[in-house]
Amino acid sequence: MEPLAIYNRVNEKFGDRILEVVEKLPDPFVVIDPGALVEICQYLKSDPESAFDCLSNESGVDYKDRIEVVYHLFSYKHRHQAVLKVKLPREGASVATLENVWKSANWMEREIYDLLGVTFEGHSDLRRILMPEDWVGHPLRKDFVEPLEYHGISTVRESPIIRLK
Amino acid sequence: MSTTLRTEEMTLNMGPQHPSTHGVLRFIVRADGEVMREAIPDVGYLHRSIEKIAEKVGYHGFMPYTDRVDYVCAMFTNQGWGMASEKLGKVEVPKRGEYCRVIAAEFNRLASHLLSVGTMAMDIGAMTPFTHAIREREMINDLIEELCGARLTFNYMRIGGVAFDLPPGWREKALAYLDHLEPILSEYDMLISFNKIYVERLANVGIISAQEAIDYNLVGPNLRACGVKWDIRKDIPYSVYPDFDFDVPIGTGEWGKLGDSMDRYMVRIHEMVQSVKILRQALKQIPSGPVLAKVPRNFKPPAGECQIRVESARGDMGWYAVSDGTAYPWRVHVRTGSFAAMGIIQKLSRGLMIADLVTLIASLDVIAPEIDR
Amino acid sequence: MSLLNTLPDYVITTKTDEIINWMRKSSIWYMLFGLACCAIELMHTGGPRADIDRFGASPRASARQSDLMIVAGTLTLKMALRTRLLYDQMPDPKYVIAMGSCASCGGLFQLAYSVCDGVDKILPVDVYVPGCPPRPEALTEGLLKLQDKIMTERWLTKAPTNGNTAHA
Repeated sequence: MEPLAIYNRVNEKFGDRILEVVEKLPDPFVVIDPGALVEICQYLKSDPESAFDCLSNESGVDYKDRIEVVYHLFSYKHRHQAVLKVKLPREGASVATLENVWKSANWMEREIYDLLGVTFEGHSDLRRILMPEDWVGHPLRKDFVEPLEYHGISTVRESPIIRLK
Repeated sequence: MSTTLRTEEMTLNMGPQHPSTHGVLRFIVRADGEVMREAIPDVGYLHRSIEKIAEKVGYHGFMPYTDRVDYVCAMFTNQGWGMASEKLGKVEVPKRGEYCRVIAAEFNRLASHLLSVGTMAMDIGAMTPFTHAIREREMINDLIEELCGARLTFNYMRIGGVAFDLPPGWREKALAYLDHLEPILSEYDMLISFNKIYVERLANVGIISAQEAIDYNLVGPNLRACGVKWDIRKDIPYSVYPDFDFDVPIGTGEWGKLGDSMDRYMVRIHEMVQSVKILRQALKQIPSGPVLAKVPRNFKPPAGECQIRVESARGDMGWYAVSDGTAYPWRVHVRTGSFAAMGIIQKLSRGLMIADLVTLIASLDVIAPEIDR
Repeated sequence: MSLLNTLPDYVITTKTDEIINWMRKSSIWYMLFGLACCAIELMHTGGPRADIDRFGASPRASARQSDLMIVAGTLTLKMALRTRLLYDQMPDPKYVIAMGSCASCGGLFQLAYSVCDGVDKILPVDVYVPGCPPRPEALTEGLLKLQDKIMTERWLTKAPTNGNTAHA
């Protein structure tokens, strides 16, 4: 099925929870209300016409005024894909977890929490995955400032030419 | 008479530095003697913040960094970034450029699978197949070095094609190498695949069902070994793969249950045979013409986003790029096969022995930079 | 090694330091500390074509059994603490080769927030091998340079600087 046909079906069922359908090429996407995320995803997984059995990619993007979490869904049965987006405020960004719908969301949500600071409610094990446990800050945010040292190791390296002068 | 031995659970550390060659991974193993209760993976020891660097160096400048996302099969990452930028900027790659890309990529798939098979044998304990694999891999490195100048991190592809054309005489050398390689692949089968010890170490270890594999987002040979016939090259074809005739091997479960480590290993061996087939066809059919499209140095794709999937040696790699209209990408995200495979290890490791954990990691073919980026 | 042959058939004469150093440099056992891309070239260096075993260097898995640590690859801040621990576990006298540009100075990842720019921020390094990744021949030359350095050490007489190998 074409992505737009899928979005129209979801629109019919959950009309008021869909915020907008963007038909921009090359990949059209649909923005949904964060509160309805789990419900819509469960519908997309269980409905035999869409049958999205795989969460292929989940990433977070930091625009300067909001944080978006983008879900790329894929169906091995029907060989079609769909893109969902959720817009969250930068302070206190939080959305429900999709771990109970697709198990692959577990690690991907941990990564988004670690690097962007989005809290996923209901996640079984939300802790840092790529950065050290005692790291402060969320590195992929646009206003992240690198610390000057970590455990006594300085993170700056001056150019040897300066030292030779 | 029943004697119950009072045992305690140990928490051991299979630390970031260990002789297995899959990179810096750490496992916190809770074991009762030799049998594990659980192995909790701890990653991030190679997190080099490649995704953030993309926002600082621009589209053209990001190409060398994509090699380091997966250095064993770097041509696929190059191709993925090239395709993502081309989709955003609506650039069309000339036909000869696409053929050069496919030839380089398939040679790299051979090299990656050789290394994976060799190191898996070394982890099991057989030291000799590793040297055989490195010997073949060195010859592929020679060929690719003639093509693009580097042995490991190639930076061969550019946005709009490839950097260098095939040198004169390269086609004959490549075909001669393929003639040399084919009997060696069956030599591998005689050496290790049907060896009794190897089969007993691999069969029925880490069984994954097809439903589980799809739920955990496993891709590539890991998914095909569970019986799911899915290959991006055939199902969402890109580049010039529709011109070639090749098979997609899937697991058969003849040595144990379907979806065990032996199936994952055999799928890789069969994939190498298919790669040789694709290479022969590509080297014969390659057309003439330019290899690089005209892309401005100050490449500014229009604002938008796109997702690309490339069938790399470790599975399908998803590249998600967001552009804001300037010469620097706004966000680049790579979703790799090894990241998903690590997610399933904690669940699969319950009840296995510690030596089986090594087999499991080797058969899933995880590599640290793909997980940590 | 200088040989002053007075009875050429069955006696060789040399200096004690030279023969001790010759025996030590011909059997350096390195620890497999491959972190990133340079680890693949380290494996190729130990492989069949550019064989490092002909110089006596054989790979060991444990830090306690090795006397050379080839830091091959990028050192992240998370790994840096563990690297110092592994270095402290090696018995004296020990040497460090920083292989590749990431281990020497941070390489192309100096722009990154999580990378330690160069392993010499936490360990004393003996030989730097440039390259990204260095060819097996380059790493072999690095090992030979380290062997030259080992030949300059003095054991019987207390020299003021004992070849920088008495690491604290």
